[in-house]
Amino acid sequence: MRATVNGAERSLPPGACVVDVLRACGIGEDERALAVAVDGEVVPRTAWGGTRVPDGARVEVVRPAAGG
Amino acid sequence: MTTTTAAGAGPLVIAGVALPSRLLLGSGGYPSLDHLARALAASGTGVVTVALRRVEHAPGGLYDVVARAGVRVLPNTAGCFTAREAVETARLGREALGTDWVKLEVIGDERTLLPDAVELLRAAEQLVGEGFTVLPYTTADPVLARRLEAAGCAAVMPLGAPIGSGLGILDPHAVAMVREAVDVPVILDAGIGTASDAARAMELGCDGVLASSAVARAHDPAAMAGALALGVAAGRRAHQAGRMPARAAARASSAMAGRPGGSPA
Repeated sequence: MRATVNGAERSLPPGACVVDVLRACGIGEDERALAVAVDGEVVPRTAWGGTRVPDGARVEVVRPAAGG
Repeated sequence: MTTTTAAGAGPLVIAGVALPSRLLLGSGGYPSLDHLARALAASGTGVVTVALRRVEHAPGGLYDVVARAGVRVLPNTAGCFTAREAVETARLGREALGTDWVKLEVIGDERTLLPDAVELLRAAEQLVGEGFTVLPYTTADPVLARRLEAAGCAAVMPLGAPIGSGLGILDPHAVAMVREAVDVPVILDAGIGTASDAARAMELGCDGVLASSAVARAHDPAAMAGALALGVAAGRRAHQAGRMPARAAARASSAMAGRPGGSPA
């Protein structure tokens, strides 16, 4: 299956969950101040392990950045 | 010694939270995270804004600096051009930072970075409905400020001049009218270039000042952060003191009667 993660298309194993997407991106799921949205809906950290990413989903992985 | 009038006594309170300072800082544009850390400490601020960006574009470390500083993090929706984008970003900020507070920005134009009033109000209504404490960045428009307050915003943040311009407060009368139009706190946001601008905002009756580029792009950010804090305090005190009426013609403060060589009484 495929998903668009932060604008870039990625191949993921079938049934991949949010946590698998993070790992595929080299992001530790223990990192503080991280947020994930799948198809525009925020997936709470507590649900990262149990939320499957649909084929063709748009995933956003963000954290705080310098800003005014 | 602290002297305040009854009406202006006490700290800045937003949504029931008393803040340690009336100066709020941004976190963008600093030469380094170390500069940011020192500016936060020098300012005495209790609130710092951050943006939310894709992890590839957001080097780690910022959150640690802010957490170590012990200040409240205020996620913004900078870069959003529609209510839909801003709402989605606000939700991400709430999840990432564990706060319901959001500095709501919905920009209508890349050149001026001025707010899109229609989208801003729409996003504010939506986010208030979702339980957010919404602090909208707005044009200095008393009518819009009233609409934002009626929508349930916890404060309004009129601009003094375009974001990052450092031009100061271009229309002080409009800012004063915003202050008169609403009961929620008014935080002057955008346009501050130096300490006198911060003082001016407070003299106009603003309840606080948010400065970002003024500090980050100063030659010595920490020193400017301290200067802005003094400016805010001085302006606040002057506002409470009640300034003299301005007049075009001179008015002597020394009596004419009884001067040496004058006519007898």
